[in-house]
Amino acid sequence: MQKEQSAEHMEKVSQGEVRGILAEFSNPGELLHAAEEIRDAGYRDFDCHSPFPIHGMEQAMGQKRSPLGFIVGIMGLLGGGGALLLQWWTSAVDYRLVVAGKPFFDLPAFIPVTFELTILLAAFGAVFGMFALTRMPRFFHPVFFSDRFERVTDDGFFVSIESSDQKFDAESTGEFLESLGSDHVELLVDTRQQVQQSNQSEE
Amino acid sequence: MSNGTTSQQLIAGDQTFGSVTEAISRVTEQKTPRLWYVAFSISFALTLLLIGSIGYLFYKGVGIWGLQIPVGWGWAIVNFVFWVGIGHAGTLISAILFLFRQQWRTSINRFAEAMTIFAVICALMFPAIHVGRVWVVYWIFPIPNQMDIWPNFRSPLVWDAFAVGTYFTVSLLFWYVGLIPDLATLRDRAKSRIRKIVYGIFALGWRGGQRQWKHYELSYLLLAGLATPLVLSVHSVVSFDFAVGVIPGWHTTIFPPYFVAGAIFSGFAMVMTLAVITRKAYGLEDFITIKHLERMNIIMLVTGLMVGYAYAVELFTAWYSGNLYEEFALVNRALGPYAWAYWVMVTCNVLVPQLFWVKKLRRSVPVMFVASILINVGMWFERFVIVVSSLAQDFLPSSWDYFVPTFWDFAILAGSFGLFFTLFLLFIRWLPMISIGEVKGVLPQADPHH
Repeated sequence: MQKEQSAEHMEKVSQGEVRGILAEFSNPGELLHAAEEIRDAGYRDFDCHSPFPIHGMEQAMGQKRSPLGFIVGIMGLLGGGGALLLQWWTSAVDYRLVVAGKPFFDLPAFIPVTFELTILLAAFGAVFGMFALTRMPRFFHPVFFSDRFERVTDDGFFVSIESSDQKFDAESTGEFLESLGSDHVELLVDTRQQVQQSNQSEE
Repeated sequence: MSNGTTSQQLIAGDQTFGSVTEAISRVTEQKTPRLWYVAFSISFALTLLLIGSIGYLFYKGVGIWGLQIPVGWGWAIVNFVFWVGIGHAGTLISAILFLFRQQWRTSINRFAEAMTIFAVICALMFPAIHVGRVWVVYWIFPIPNQMDIWPNFRSPLVWDAFAVGTYFTVSLLFWYVGLIPDLATLRDRAKSRIRKIVYGIFALGWRGGQRQWKHYELSYLLLAGLATPLVLSVHSVVSFDFAVGVIPGWHTTIFPPYFVAGAIFSGFAMVMTLAVITRKAYGLEDFITIKHLERMNIIMLVTGLMVGYAYAVELFTAWYSGNLYEEFALVNRALGPYAWAYWVMVTCNVLVPQLFWVKKLRRSVPVMFVASILINVGMWFERFVIVVSSLAQDFLPSSWDYFVPTFWDFAILAGSFGLFFTLFLLFIRWLPMISIGEVKGVLPQADPHH
């Protein structure tokens, strides 16, 4: 069945409709193993999809560490520094008001707000920094062309290799993924373009 | 105990990844049970009472409450401290137990976090409505106004606004980040177009790729690391509202740790009350097992002992200080006109949790259910005793008075419970109440070397 499809698939590749390839594996261990092989084969634009994070996958895929910690650190410093600046300027510069004889710039009394704003901005950094690094929200992605991919949030384990990868070749990449023990390999075909083209030919 | 053995015991029954998805998602997809409508009707009726009472409060002013001089801080502040405290257990479960790698938290963290958010919503409402002139409540924030004046950053009340505001925002973000993969699960299971679109939008296009998980996991870890000192700071700052004041019975250095322990104590009791009901109502006993409940009871026992210790130290310090007013305030609490409230507090908070020394009792669902409710009654009275008894009899006997609540005090307290349960019921109806992705992660077959 796979072989019969491949001629048709090659045609789609030439039309530039194939956006990638999706292979399903049966459990986290196989997915981890496949990731190592794909990394060693020199692929770069690939991803391993699973319903939960798999321990050791980062190394298996040969990924760099996430830079999110730096973002959070910088945001925390901005929050703390900004809070001190705000309290100093409003209390000791812009409108000096004697309250209970306390100093205008009263560092011990300014600690709670400084602390809270440090945490607040660092948390914004952790969440919105993560959104930026994961490119979320992104409602369109080639993997969504597969109906089978819906199982990734249930019990499916998938590898996707995008057609933008230099080593990508619809046929040989598919065979390679099958050789890694994938139960199911399918091409990610841009169905929207087909619809558009058929509409154009009707016109 | 290695991680491997704990994870094997965490979830009961022969669960597969698919069965976990099914059991938890089903709750949001099946026909709404009749019991849900009954509970929702009652809660929503109370919420309407709350809205009506607040409307009347805004129309008439804070005089409709039992406030007087010297008790200028009444139930609004009692309720505020009570609800903020309830929230703390959610953050403890989601952040602190996460950092300590307590994997049993995965079954309870989602709805404990939801509980946090709803409790903090109820809490935030009270300071907002208790100010006499609600139309200028924004003066608490550093927003330029017509008087060109700024908030007094040396005041604990301003710290409080920043602490609780930050707490709400960070809890909401933490909860939402945790929900993203599960929202994607509901999106992918959706049968109707409207569900697909709504869950799809909130899932932000999640596709479970390692390139997302990598940043996601670090984000979650960092948020847990940020929420941990935050939660400890929040109730400390709330206690500063009292401790920075000069009133006898308030002006003590033990308040911050004592408040934090009490907050976790009452929060766990609320999680317990809700967990016992929902696991039974939705047949989730395999996920929230008796082991989970037992561990929560142990935490309640420990924090209950801390609270009991704090009560004892308060009395000791008052005596040892040799300060006439301090001594009077504490003796008056235990033997004065509010003695009934004090002893309700001691019975519920110190005696009731002692039941959990006995293994059989801390594994008994009816016992823990009743105990959890009694603990929250006790914790409400703790705040009542602190706020009201200290104010009613301060330095000058000529200004002493006895605080009597009015109908509107009761209406707003009952209404806040209505709001809390309305939000909670909407949550269990539309969102996965247990973290689907995290539960799968603690199944034995999730380990790639299984």
